[in-house]
Amino acid sequence: MTATKIPVKRLGSIDSLDILRKGLISLKGKKETYVAICGGTGCRASGSVELAEELKKELKTANLDSKIDVRLTGCLGFCEHGPLAVVNPDRTFYQLVKESDAKEIVKETLIGGKVIERLLYKEPDTCRSVIKEEDIGFYKKQHRVVLAMNGMVDPTKIEDYVENGGYKAFSRVLSQMTPEDVIEEIEKSGLRGRGGAGFPTGKKWRLCRAQKSHKKYVICNADEGDPGAFMDRSVLEGNPQSVIEGMLIAGYAIGADEGYVYVRAEYPLAVKHLQVAIHMAEELGLIGKNILGSKFSFKINIKQGMGAFVCGEETALMASIEGKRGMPRIRPPYPVESGLFGVPTIINNVETMASIAHIINNTADWFASMGTEKSKGTKIFSLTGKVANTGLIEVPFGISLKEIIYDIGGGIPDGKKLKAVQIGGPSGGCIPESMIDLPIDYESLTQAGTMLGSGGMVVMDESTCMVDIARFFLSFTQDESCGKCVPCRIGTKRILEILEKMTKRRTKMEDLEKLEELAGVVKKASLCGLGKTAPNPLLSTIKHFRDEYIAHIEERRCPAGVCFKRAKPSVAREAVKA
Amino acid sequence: MNKPYNIEANAGDGLVAALQNAQEHYGFLPEDVIEKISEVTDVPLSQIYGVITFYSHFSLKPVGKHYIKVCRGTACHVRGADSVIEAFKDQLNIGVGDTTEDRMFTLETVACLGACALAPLVLVNKQYYGKVDYEKINEILSLGAKEE
Repeated sequence: MTATKIPVKRLGSIDSLDILRKGLISLKGKKETYVAICGGTGCRASGSVELAEELKKELKTANLDSKIDVRLTGCLGFCEHGPLAVVNPDRTFYQLVKESDAKEIVKETLIGGKVIERLLYKEPDTCRSVIKEEDIGFYKKQHRVVLAMNGMVDPTKIEDYVENGGYKAFSRVLSQMTPEDVIEEIEKSGLRGRGGAGFPTGKKWRLCRAQKSHKKYVICNADEGDPGAFMDRSVLEGNPQSVIEGMLIAGYAIGADEGYVYVRAEYPLAVKHLQVAIHMAEELGLIGKNILGSKFSFKINIKQGMGAFVCGEETALMASIEGKRGMPRIRPPYPVESGLFGVPTIINNVETMASIAHIINNTADWFASMGTEKSKGTKIFSLTGKVANTGLIEVPFGISLKEIIYDIGGGIPDGKKLKAVQIGGPSGGCIPESMIDLPIDYESLTQAGTMLGSGGMVVMDESTCMVDIARFFLSFTQDESCGKCVPCRIGTKRILEILEKMTKRRTKMEDLEKLEELAGVVKKASLCGLGKTAPNPLLSTIKHFRDEYIAHIEERRCPAGVCFKRAKPSVAREAVKA
Repeated sequence: MNKPYNIEANAGDGLVAALQNAQEHYGFLPEDVIEKISEVTDVPLSQIYGVITFYSHFSLKPVGKHYIKVCRGTACHVRGADSVIEAFKDQLNIGVGDTTEDRMFTLETVACLGACALAPLVLVNKQYYGKVDYEKINEILSLGAKEE
């Protein structure tokens, strides 16, 4: 381990933070050799922790452990090819690395300076080996801003974050900006909520600031419930300090002295890293009373979710923090007026929070220069399903779906054809192959009958049945419906019943009419976003794949070959690879 | 389970924390523990049961030694999660939400574990199994055979 240990002492001023940062940078030296091993949940499940340990052992045997660092970092994104190891500063990118490769990596690459050919990524079309991360097709069209530090910092070490510029934004805010300045800058940037609704973040903060109250709260919504989405998980696991910094700046801007991070219990690693990060920030005095010698105090608490998707809805989330059943309530009043425990509250998504420091550091104009006219900046997507390169990507708004699926995603494997892309999870809809040139931003997707959602993107090929997909999403939303309002509680149940019948037995055309009518009622009359958007997958698949529904009804035939059979419980792994 | 558990000391900052801590310790929420939590937090039992039954994380029944959670997220669904669920149901002879008679296994589904690139995914206690196929299912089932 490189000796980057500096005695951890509570920082009493912004100057002392600067001194710490300079000290850390000078300890690093002019050239830094380190191996970043992806420590995201996915790669861990494939053995990346064991790989990291083995590398450390081999380096110790070779007496190099004080010169070369092995860093278990956040998610590097190229999940299909994990475990991943990137040798820095050269950026040599190794994929599908096993624990047993550790010895060779130390001998050949770290000592010998040579590249191990068999561990390199090979472009599928040309079979050409690619050495550097930035030259790989998956990464070329990406623009990693929020995820930038994921391959650089150890998320359990605050000093890594500070060394790489962390808390510079917060220091600047404390010493040179008023709360009004901060809100103006965020408004100017055009940042919109990354949780799915896309509400302008600056406007939300301004509305809350305007409220006169002795107490206000900042909540970070980390209850990433959309199936198929793991953007927030990767930010929390890989760079939790960026979220903390965002919350501190938000608290300063609106006049709050306390915050909560509400995180899913299904993300144990994210919870752990967040706990460590908060503890370390407290030790350094970046969270607590009179931070860095200023008049600003802030405390952050963690609340874990308990397995209810509806708690991602802001009013249900607040009820959950208050110890009640997570049931939404009617709005107005909006949380900015009356939120957690009845006081003004802002609720922002993880990715939104993690964007704040970047805007303050690089200016609103810089942020607004990326993306489209109404959708500024970058967005993280989890690209999964029937696509060659499943993983986590960050792209500027305005990129086309085609570029994402083919240039970044590597296209559809096994010679199959693209059928549709589901965007927005259970609240979203399907984009059929015919609309592949659609630019990805808030407006274009809404016009296309779906929504951006939180960033889950599931690719489907010809072997996916769109009626079954509608059934799948409705079974999810029906299960997760809180039961408070009749349209959602009963409406989703009736819709699901018809869809289940449609995939198993004989139905009539009037059942399809009933589905459309029910969908309309549930959409218009439900109390909260869960109910209002639950019919979206159904409506979009009926719109773009009506012929499949008709085949199910009139011919009792599933064109994709999925429905109308009781599968024998033997498993052939329906894999992307043969 | 036989270790003494002090409910007052683990009451945390309120009802939910008390329930989460007790669930963490016992693996489920026994009736007498719930009654004690009601006393300690001064929250009526009806309200507590309302909270427990609302959230899928809480269990009123004891769980098996190996808690199998099959992910039924979108990516896992598209990559065959249904077959994995059927295979476990068939081999263990229980339904989703049930525990085997010998208390070795509990079978559950979970909405999404967020490791979608490894679909289909199964979580057993805290161990992740990615790209689950017949071989991995057998590996998981053999965990029961290894026990005394």
